[in-house]
Amino acid sequence: MSATAFRAGFLTSVQDLGRTGFREFGVSLGGALDAHALRVANLLAGNEESAAGLEITFGGLRLRFADDRIVVWGGGNFDARSGSTSLPAGHPALVRVGEEFSIDSPAGGCRAWLAISGGIDVPAVLGSRSGDLRAGFGGLTGRPVRDGEEFPLGQNMARAKVLIEKLRTEKIARWKPPHDWSSPARPAPVLRYLGGVDSDHFVESALQLFNDEGFFVSPDSDRMGIRLDGPPLERSHDVDLLSEAVAPGTVQVPPSGEPILLLNDCQTIGGYPKIAHVITVDLPVAAQLCPGDRVRFSKVSIRDAHALLLERERNLEQFHRGLESHFK
Amino acid sequence: MEITPLGDSAVLIRVVENFDDAPDDALTQVLATKRALEAARIPGVVEFAPAYTTVALFYDPVRAIDAGASVENVFEWIEQRIRRALLEMEEIQTNRIEGSLVEIPVCYETEFALDLEHVARHAGVHWKEVVDLHCAAEYRVHCVGFTPGFPFLGGLSRKIAIPRRDVPRKEIPAGSVAIGGMQTGIYPIKSPGGWNVIGRTPRQLFDPQKDPPALLRAGDRVRFRSITREEFERSTM
Repeated sequence: MSATAFRAGFLTSVQDLGRTGFREFGVSLGGALDAHALRVANLLAGNEESAAGLEITFGGLRLRFADDRIVVWGGGNFDARSGSTSLPAGHPALVRVGEEFSIDSPAGGCRAWLAISGGIDVPAVLGSRSGDLRAGFGGLTGRPVRDGEEFPLGQNMARAKVLIEKLRTEKIARWKPPHDWSSPARPAPVLRYLGGVDSDHFVESALQLFNDEGFFVSPDSDRMGIRLDGPPLERSHDVDLLSEAVAPGTVQVPPSGEPILLLNDCQTIGGYPKIAHVITVDLPVAAQLCPGDRVRFSKVSIRDAHALLLERERNLEQFHRGLESHFK
Repeated sequence: MEITPLGDSAVLIRVVENFDDAPDDALTQVLATKRALEAARIPGVVEFAPAYTTVALFYDPVRAIDAGASVENVFEWIEQRIRRALLEMEEIQTNRIEGSLVEIPVCYETEFALDLEHVARHAGVHWKEVVDLHCAAEYRVHCVGFTPGFPFLGGLSRKIAIPRRDVPRKEIPAGSVAIGGMQTGIYPIKSPGGWNVIGRTPRQLFDPQKDPPALLRAGDRVRFRSITREEFERSTM
């Protein structure tokens, strides 16, 4: 049981919900940059929410399967197809043996996540199937999917088999998740943040600029972090700190004054002062930022951040319960 | 003790204020804090990241709420439990935590020692003396990071301390042993880097197939031993 990527696209990698428990050894969290999208897609495909799927950057992927599979994708504004039929985000679709799933370059945003029923069955390394592309392990031996590459899939679970039978004729399910989870790509987004651990290392006007001004995404951005061009953020002292923990969402400012928003593959510790921390529910929005995009930042309280996260989780639980009828 | 939110899913605990005055004490305090917090099993806690003077605690806010925290004050709920765990710790003697002593063989020959001459010139000594000084000290791992398994080692002789290179190298080979400022370290995997490379070890510092995946962890003690090119080749075979 396998899938073959006839075209791998610009950058496609195996990702699950990431690797925890090894930060003290310098191992990054990794995992899907929009873990929420992958969780929802997995549930819709009849998988456990933590199954490994594909993270697709800038599209260009063409896949075929050795047996019938349910696929669900979510993410930016991509044009995906099952065979010649257009496949909207969030709708479970049956892709039969020999048929092709394809996803073209996006009209907005840059990333999509694809869940395949049965999940991608590469060995878990340090508790995760995610490819750590920087350290070179996990996923497909730590590297992106290659053109023509075949990779193993797990067996379709009972739930997926039910769905496969139900979709024999209509092929694409009419239903999709009720919440706006699948296309967070929007023009000039505002990312909400909490004040940084090292706010006192910046002059007052820098903190103001960060909250008021727009920043542009530099081409030199990847899964480690998004580099931002904008008004330089002046520090009040010139010394770097002793290295201490950073996390996805941390916005650190190197001596150049141009901030870097860290993402899942970031280092575990860093020595640049931290001006802000983007809240968890807004990281999927950051994951869609492309070079040249404009982004703004807006400060919120930690209570708001937790309330938003709780609301998202409760919605997901409710959605999960509501899904049951489709798998019977 | 200062406890600050590091975003909405982690807190940063500043265990000691000053590092340079007493690096060894800082390490002991950081490790004791991490142990006490691990033992406290605070609901929702996912993992820890110790560093020079801090311990970061990562948590899942939703799990903390499910365990009784109110959504209005998840941070305060976590903070209170951290303070309680650390209060109990202070009653226990925080003895120096003796990590294991690990010997790292290093070949300091020219082919691997890209910056050894530069370090020697900067120190105003012969390159052999740089090697002798590097091998004479016992180091301690203050933290692991930068890349998986990269140990930041304290205890370098001031004589051979040297600032990082102005322009970092795009690629430093795996196993490279280097000096950056007052610290020395080992690049476990091929990566960019700005430290001055003085040799290479055949030992594998990071292996994701092993648990723990890193050869060294915070608190471990390290000694370097100079080996010849032949010994290096033999150990990599």
